[in-house]
Amino acid sequence: MPERIEIHPNTYKDSVSLMRIAGAMEAMPAVHHATANMATPANLVLIGEAGFKIEESAGPNDLVIAAAGENDAVLEDAFNFAKGELEAKGSAEGADGTAEFDKLKSLETALDRHGSSNLALISCPGDYAAAEAMKSLRLGLNVMMFSDNVAIEEELELKEFAISKDLLMMGPDCGTAIIQGTPLGFANKALAGPVGIVAASGTGLQQVACLLDQKNIGISHAIGTGGRDLHTAIGGITMRQGLKMLNKDEATEILVLISKPPSPEIAERIYEEACKSPKPVIINFLGNATLASSSKDKVYIADTLQDAAYMAADLAHGREPKTDAALTQNSDVDIIEALGSGQKYLRGLYSGGTFCYEAQLILSEDLDAVWSTTPMDKKFALNNPLTSTGHTIIDLGDDYFTQGRPHPMIDQRARRERLLQEARDPECAVILFDVVLGYGAHESPAEELAETLTEAQNIAAADQRRLIFVGFVCGTKQDPQNLEIQAKTLADAGVLLASSNAEAVRMAQQIIQSL
Amino acid sequence: MSSLLNEKLDVLNVGLDSFADTINHTGGTAHQVDWQPPAAGDRALGFNLAKTINNEKIDAANKIAFDRYLSSQPIATGIATAKEAIKGLGERQLLHSGPPITWEKMAAPVKGAVVGAILYEGWADTPEKAFELAATDEISYAPCHHFNAVGPMAGLISPSMPVWIIKDDVHGGETYSNFNEGLGKVLRYGAYNDEVLNRLHLIADTLAPVLTRTLEQTGPIDLKPIIAQALHMGDEVHNRNVAASSLFLKKIAPAMNRSGSNSDNIATTLEYMANNDLFFLNLGMPACKTMLNAAHGVEGSTMATVMARNGVEFGIRISGLGDQWFTAPVTPAKGLFFSGYTQDDAAPDLGDSAITETAGLGGFAMAAAPAIVQFIGGTSDMARQATEEMIPISLGRNPAFTLPTLNFAGSPAGIDIRKVVDTGTAPFINTGIAHKEAGVGQIGAGITRAPMECFIKAMDAYCERYV
Repeated sequence: MPERIEIHPNTYKDSVSLMRIAGAMEAMPAVHHATANMATPANLVLIGEAGFKIEESAGPNDLVIAAAGENDAVLEDAFNFAKGELEAKGSAEGADGTAEFDKLKSLETALDRHGSSNLALISCPGDYAAAEAMKSLRLGLNVMMFSDNVAIEEELELKEFAISKDLLMMGPDCGTAIIQGTPLGFANKALAGPVGIVAASGTGLQQVACLLDQKNIGISHAIGTGGRDLHTAIGGITMRQGLKMLNKDEATEILVLISKPPSPEIAERIYEEACKSPKPVIINFLGNATLASSSKDKVYIADTLQDAAYMAADLAHGREPKTDAALTQNSDVDIIEALGSGQKYLRGLYSGGTFCYEAQLILSEDLDAVWSTTPMDKKFALNNPLTSTGHTIIDLGDDYFTQGRPHPMIDQRARRERLLQEARDPECAVILFDVVLGYGAHESPAEELAETLTEAQNIAAADQRRLIFVGFVCGTKQDPQNLEIQAKTLADAGVLLASSNAEAVRMAQQIIQSL
Repeated sequence: MSSLLNEKLDVLNVGLDSFADTINHTGGTAHQVDWQPPAAGDRALGFNLAKTINNEKIDAANKIAFDRYLSSQPIATGIATAKEAIKGLGERQLLHSGPPITWEKMAAPVKGAVVGAILYEGWADTPEKAFELAATDEISYAPCHHFNAVGPMAGLISPSMPVWIIKDDVHGGETYSNFNEGLGKVLRYGAYNDEVLNRLHLIADTLAPVLTRTLEQTGPIDLKPIIAQALHMGDEVHNRNVAASSLFLKKIAPAMNRSGSNSDNIATTLEYMANNDLFFLNLGMPACKTMLNAAHGVEGSTMATVMARNGVEFGIRISGLGDQWFTAPVTPAKGLFFSGYTQDDAAPDLGDSAITETAGLGGFAMAAAPAIVQFIGGTSDMARQATEEMIPISLGRNPAFTLPTLNFAGSPAGIDIRKVVDTGTAPFINTGIAHKEAGVGQIGAGITRAPMECFIKAMDAYCERYV
């Protein structure tokens, strides 16, 4: 089969653009496979594994495009397309298309031109991100670092340096923040209001902000810290700083602190600082049992993200916050009766890591074994991440699934494939999933998913089975995808819709337990 | 505590364009940085480099170096033979352009020039014997820069050649350069036939004595005003020196008449200078070397003080890194060729003349010389843009060298290796192009860039020492 490899020296493009270009090339008829990568050592291995041999030398600043197709004419078309995409003028100011002399080629150059800048948003590959963050801090800029794969020692160095310069260092691996209502990274357009959030979890932040928005309560700022901030090595530096900042911020009246499973000692330390806060603080630290017992005046411990949001809403309305785990009986007996006799398991296909973890946490109270690629308890680690067993809850946004592939919040190909795979499994009864909206996410995820749900139901029907879909949409009406439109699309596709992850998990659990 | 929460949010976006789009579409302000991995993707160096950005100590060191560069006053004081003027020059030592190189590895045009110099000195009487001698221990080689000298192209300086002596009126010290031979078959492009040797003798026997007496009449000649004025007359004082050469001639011609030299010799000298548009190059180059010597040796400074090529390697030196060279292979410049020649005939880039770019002239002052870009098919906008592209990698502007098309802003000067490596912008170099075979001469001219690798190596050494 004819193949072709092109090296574009000194042409840097981010991996998202390149995956998009390669994806579009691959979608062209008679193109078998295509890849577009910066020639880093790791990517060269990937390109080699894809079956392409690169004879010339190429380095991290060189772009490699390779494709195999049925004939040369097809490849010519594909490479012409790629060339057009590479040359396309970006929409952002200063992106490609600007004359060479006018480009802002470094943070320092950019700050010289735009002296009033106060935040650097960094999403370059992780290998280079720490350096860009260090430059930003040195230049007096606050940082939101979306990039991940940054060494924890570097994270500590950056955060300590930021504190010494009185700057905020969000991240690494900070996917979401909302500052003064402006969505940063993958974030929702939420109402403005009195609740300030500090979160060591991107989807956790989104969930709380969106649930508040749905209750017409707005947020002042939502500060992301990065997923490791509450690890012992980092010590919650950013969360403690965020707490201080929001305490001083006049727009903020109520604080919500969220974290993926924290180090118990750091959780305790944050708790102690929260107790000194003049403003009420709601804490939801996933899987942290030690805090659960303690509840001081004006510091409230929430079991789920939903609880955290609703407690904040109560406070905003001037009510004493209360947890309300009671679930309205929602499972439809007819649906359950339609299930085949061998169908008994729950399969959770998440795009949000925190949702995946929260689901396991809730389910572990009543189900004996919940398997996962990112299990709460290591003994329930899936042997093969590509095949579910028993009750399985996976995070398709986890590194294992996103190597060289787009994140499921952007492109659900991997999740759709997995969904069809579950549909073919005669033991699968309920499929649970999240749909996350906001800037940066897929333009209409529910629509894309709905097609696959129908296909999945058809697969099951061919085998005299029926599948139950349980899902929820994390988003707001103001989001570009619009919460209401997305929810309706899913409801029309037969999905049992919950308003939050916790509610969706409990619905699914109820169904499973009634089987 | 940070004012991020109450100041107007204004974002610099490094990475995914769509994040900047989101911010701009939701009422915020974001500017996209046209980012690529610095230091050719060397992660560790990239992180160390980051620690040097906006670093008070380094910035203070660079201010000292840059101020010394600005305050330097190069003056032409006289002429002497290389062996008289240049301390430490060996009896059979030949100086060449660029970083150090052995005879075996020299580029063909440099070998040709070495042979020419040996014939000129009379150390051999045929080219064949000169080639043999050149390969023996009897001849030693050193870069011009090791002796505070500079020479265009092959840069050959032999002991009995006359050299210009340039002094720094403010900081002291001397620099040197040979005489410009004009175009055609010339030693600096590796030619060594009789025409070449006869011209070298004419320079030594006729021009040097006339000009020596002339300078005695004029007294020291301040070179910066001539350079400054030439920039207003369409020179960038590297590839185009027609204005500077004319101004210099205008400055000395009356004194030459009164110098008491033989009138035939005066006529010959005037004719030679009138016919050589590049005459001033060999005065401008040591003037630049003088300014950069003043900036060299400042502890902690990241300012480049030498850029030079020997036809095989491109080498740079850094103010805060002593006399160490940081080198990378040099490639032929892309350019426009005289009829009958093509890119395939081009020798890799050559000469000490990149000292002009190092001092904020040449490619950095391109805005002053639209005629040069026109020569390679460009527009006057491109000339201005070339200069503007050098601003982000420069420590500052030289108020003595103003550029009319940039509203008389100073030329960007003081190449900061941090900024070169961080932005991925390599300095422009304007250059003549030599034929890859010795003796053919100049076959074209063009614009090239210094290899990024030199700057990365220098930055690595800098971080090793200082970070």
